[in-house]
Amino acid sequence: MSNPEPLLAARDLTKAHGRTEALRGASVELHAGEILAVTGASGSGKSTLLHCLAGIVRPDGGSVSYGGERVDRLPERRLSELRRTEFGVVFQFGQLIPELTALDNVALPLMLGGAGRREARDRAGEWLERFGVRGQGELRPGEMSGGQAQRASLARALVTGPRVVFADEPTGALDSLAGEQAMTALVHTAREAGTSVLLITHDAQVAAYADREIRLSDGVVVPVGVTA
Amino acid sequence: MSTRHILLGLLATGPSHGYDLKRRHDERFPQARPLAYGQVYTTLQRLVRDGLAEVDGTDTDGGPERTLYRRTADGTRELARWAGEIAPPAPFVTNEIFAKVVVSILSGGDPAAYLRAQRTAHMERMRELTAVKTGPGADLTTVLSADYALNHLDADLRWMTTTAARLTTLTAEVDSA
Repeated sequence: MSNPEPLLAARDLTKAHGRTEALRGASVELHAGEILAVTGASGSGKSTLLHCLAGIVRPDGGSVSYGGERVDRLPERRLSELRRTEFGVVFQFGQLIPELTALDNVALPLMLGGAGRREARDRAGEWLERFGVRGQGELRPGEMSGGQAQRASLARALVTGPRVVFADEPTGALDSLAGEQAMTALVHTAREAGTSVLLITHDAQVAAYADREIRLSDGVVVPVGVTA
Repeated sequence: MSTRHILLGLLATGPSHGYDLKRRHDERFPQARPLAYGQVYTTLQRLVRDGLAEVDGTDTDGGPERTLYRRTADGTRELARWAGEIAPPAPFVTNEIFAKVVVSILSGGDPAAYLRAQRTAHMERMRELTAVKTGPGADLTTVLSADYALNHLDADLRWMTTTAARLTTLTAEVDSA
C-alpha cells in the first residue's frame, strides 16, 4: 500500500490459551480502505489474532495500535466504545439475536449508540437493501436461509459506519453461491464506504476477494513467497 | 478444445463470416485464449472440405468482401454427436508443479520456498479473476468462465498446501528411492 501509516497495527503478539500458544509473535498491518485476508490452517491462530486486533481479548505480549491508541492497554469502557463505534464484527454463524427480526437486529447497534427506534429502523432497512435482503427484514433469523441471515449479519456489522470490519470465516457456513453473494456484497459495500476489512478465512476463493493476503502458521506470519 | 465444433455451434444461429465468428467466440468464452483469425479461416476451410459447412455467398456490408459460411445437415448431426459425447477424464495429469517439487528435492533445492512463491502467483491470478467477475457489468458468462478458472486454481492451491505440509516425508521418500 502507498499509505505508510497503517490504521491498525499489531506487533509481536503473543497469546496463550492455557498451555497452547495460539500466537507466538505475530505482526500485521491493516491500512485505511484495505481488505486484508488472513489465511492459515485450523489452529494456526487466525481467530485469536482477530480477537486481539478487535479488542475482544487482550494479548499476553506485544502491542495493538489503532489510530494512535494502544488497544491492548485501553480500559474496558473505552474498548467497549471502540467496538461499538469504530469496529464491526461478523462471525461464521452470524450470531443474530434469534428473537428479533432481521430489521431489529440491524437497528440494534444504532439504538445502542443513541438513535431513536424509527430512525434506527429506517437506516437498518437501507443497509438490508444494500445487502439484498430488505424483503426479509421482518423475518427472524430462524426463518431466513443461511445466506440471507449472513447478509443481515454483514449489514449489522456495517450499519454504524465502522472504519474496520472484522470478519471471521463469514462464508464458512454457506454453500458456494450464497458465499459468493455475501462476499460480493461485503466487498462492494466496504469499498464504497472506504471501510477496512480484516477477513479470516481458510478458503482461497474467499481470500481472493481481498487486496492482500497474509498466512499464519503456528501463531506466526509466514513470509510471503516471492515470484520470480 | 475442439475449435471446429465450437465454430459449428456458433454457426447454429445462422450464416456468418470468419471475422464475426472470431468476435463471437471471444465474447462467449471470455477467459479462453482468443482465437487467431488464421485459425478461424483454416478451420472453416476444413469444415467445408469435410462437408460439415458450406459457403453461403458473400457479404460486403460496406467494407471488404467476406465469405459467409453456413452449417450443413451433416454439420448439424456431427455437432449433436460431439455435444453429447462424454469428455473422458484425462488418464494422465501433467503436473508441472509436482514435477518441480520432486526435481527440487532431487537437486537439493528449496521446494518449500518454491511452493510459497507458486502460491503467491496463484493467489495473484485468483485476485485478478475475482476482480473480473465482480466488476461492474460482468455478465453471467464472464462470471461462470472466471469461476471455472478459479476452481481449478483453487484445486492446485489445496494440493500445494497439503504437499507443503508433507514435504519432510516426501523428501525422505524421494531421497531413499
